Amino acid sequence: MSDERLISPDISPLTSSLISLGGINRTFYLGDSQVHALRDVNLTITSGEYIAVMGPSGSGKSTLLNLLGLLDRPDEGSYKLEGRDVTTLDADELAAVRSERIGFIFQSFHLVPRLTAAANIELPLVLSGFPKADRAKRVSQALQEYGLTDRAHHRPNELSGGQRQRVAIARATILRPAVLLADEPTGNLDRSTGEEVVKLLEKLNAQGMTLIVVTHDQALGARARRQIRMEDGGVVSDIVSAK
Amino acid sequence: MKIADTFRYAGDAATAAPLRTGLLIFAMSIGVAAVVMLTALGDGARRYVVDEFSAIGTNLVIVLPGRSETRGFNPANLVTSTPRDLTVEDANALLRLPEVKRIAPILVATTEINAAGKLREAMLLGTNDDFIKVRQLKLGIGRFLPKDEVGHGSAEVVLGAVIRHEIFGNENPLGKTVRIGDRRLRVVGVLAEGGQGMGMTTDELVIVPVATAQAMLNSNTLFRILVEARSREQIGEVKTRVLKTITQRHDGEEDVTVITQDAILETFDKILNVLTLGVAGIAGISLAVAGILVMNVMLVSVTQRTGEIGLLKALGATSAAVRQLFMVEAVLLSLSGAMVGVGLGYLGAAVLRQLYPTFPAYPPLWAVLAGLATALISGLVFGVMPARRAAQLDPIQALSKR
Repeated sequence: MSDERLISPDISPLTSSLISLGGINRTFYLGDSQVHALRDVNLTITSGEYIAVMGPSGSGKSTLLNLLGLLDRPDEGSYKLEGRDVTTLDADELAAVRSERIGFIFQSFHLVPRLTAAANIELPLVLSGFPKADRAKRVSQALQEYGLTDRAHHRPNELSGGQRQRVAIARATILRPAVLLADEPTGNLDRSTGEEVVKLLEKLNAQGMTLIVVTHDQALGARARRQIRMEDGGVVSDIVSAK
Repeated sequence: MKIADTFRYAGDAATAAPLRTGLLIFAMSIGVAAVVMLTALGDGARRYVVDEFSAIGTNLVIVLPGRSETRGFNPANLVTSTPRDLTVEDANALLRLPEVKRIAPILVATTEINAAGKLREAMLLGTNDDFIKVRQLKLGIGRFLPKDEVGHGSAEVVLGAVIRHEIFGNENPLGKTVRIGDRRLRVVGVLAEGGQGMGMTTDELVIVPVATAQAMLNSNTLFRILVEARSREQIGEVKTRVLKTITQRHDGEEDVTVITQDAILETFDKILNVLTLGVAGIAGISLAVAGILVMNVMLVSVTQRTGEIGLLKALGATSAAVRQLFMVEAVLLSLSGAMVGVGLGYLGAAVLRQLYPTFPAYPPLWAVLAGLATALISGLVFGVMPARRAAQLDPIQALSKR
């Protein structure tokens, strides 16, 4: 129910799109050579979608993900997140939007090694200045949801790969973001734990959270309802499978 | 991010690398301890000297024969090149000045004291009955010298505590006769133990009336005249009038030097304060070195924690928050180093005092505060660069680094 409330401040629910990219271009300069990482990307994502972004290395899918996650800015084009033009925001405003609306999941988990599982999950709450009592409640709830209660006081090096990624997912979702961006979430996991993690992500999606997964893995990509294929910085196919 | 959380996070980060943190705190603490201990030493030296000079009496003006300063060519120099003697009469003339409370003429020589078959070298001091009051000494037993009638010294002597002990042991020396030089003198009193002043002890003195001393040494000149002013305010007045009186008595030639105890004290105070400051400055250099170390360690820390910084940014930490985390860490490290340093410094000063009990090596408060402040400031200053580097890290690159 809280998800419903967070989605789209737009007046009309019919025109509401969570993300709308228009004419996005992004070029990097590596020495003398230009790399056109994104060419004229137009994309509309509605709330609650399950999207896989696929393509070979260097096709621009990571750049797209960074851009969607507000870690990068386009050279050209417009990006509206929940109806709000985010290309004009300054760094601090972007940080605030990242903190509240976007959850990241990385291939290499990116847990802070000296912090316990609980403290890692608590990190977004700490950064956005939540009161302490509130934090403890939310963290213990998250630990329970992700089956990590008995691992709460273990450091990342005492956790298995699957547990680490579960901690990372708990951390990414503790502030109930609108979008979950996952970059090769199973890349560092074996098959069965990878499967477990994907199921967890799909469960979150089923609860209404928009899920965007970047992956090389065809099998993982095939599970998404919408598959976006990229090549040379452009979107070459955008298929919504009827599942 | 809340301030308490910032501190906790930064503190966690610091304690997560105990060796690095420990070494850094150690380096910083050595710097601060050096400041605290060396200033304790310098200030101790100042106090020691000041105490020594205060111990010779209060409101003193001291007259020395001879001029300590030259004022270029003076026709008088052609006529008389040697100063006139400073005599007992000069001293008595000073006593007639209204601002003068007491005077004590002093004549000093080394001599031998001989009694009960024992012979010992001793310092002979010829003076008057007021000497004990001017110098604020205490009498152990008996009485001090009698009030002399001018020119007639009685054959009486007051012994220092050590002399008495070495010659008479536990026997009562009062009324006994000792031979000093070629004279026989009767012991009338013994000074209390432990009299100090101007770097010499009164324990090894034999004190006789000034006239007796002059007769023994066949000399008319005095070594010093101690003049005690009635009050502190009158010291300056006394100084000028003493000089005037003696100049008049010496045919208009200014051939004595008059110094005040305050002036000596002030001079030593100044010199030794400068010394303390200088020593503190030298110790401060080690603090600057420690500051550079803080910067170095923090830069390494930023490099090692690139991924973490990227993550914080992805989780919505602003650049300011990241900068703050690293600044707080640098300051925490510097400050804890400084605290340990102050502790070590006080400990060192205490050890010094234990080793040299007469030396008051207490760290002055200003030095402790300055040491702490310097450590804090160096933490802040040298923390800025690493913290800025962390804040400016590009999150994408930071995250892709593993």
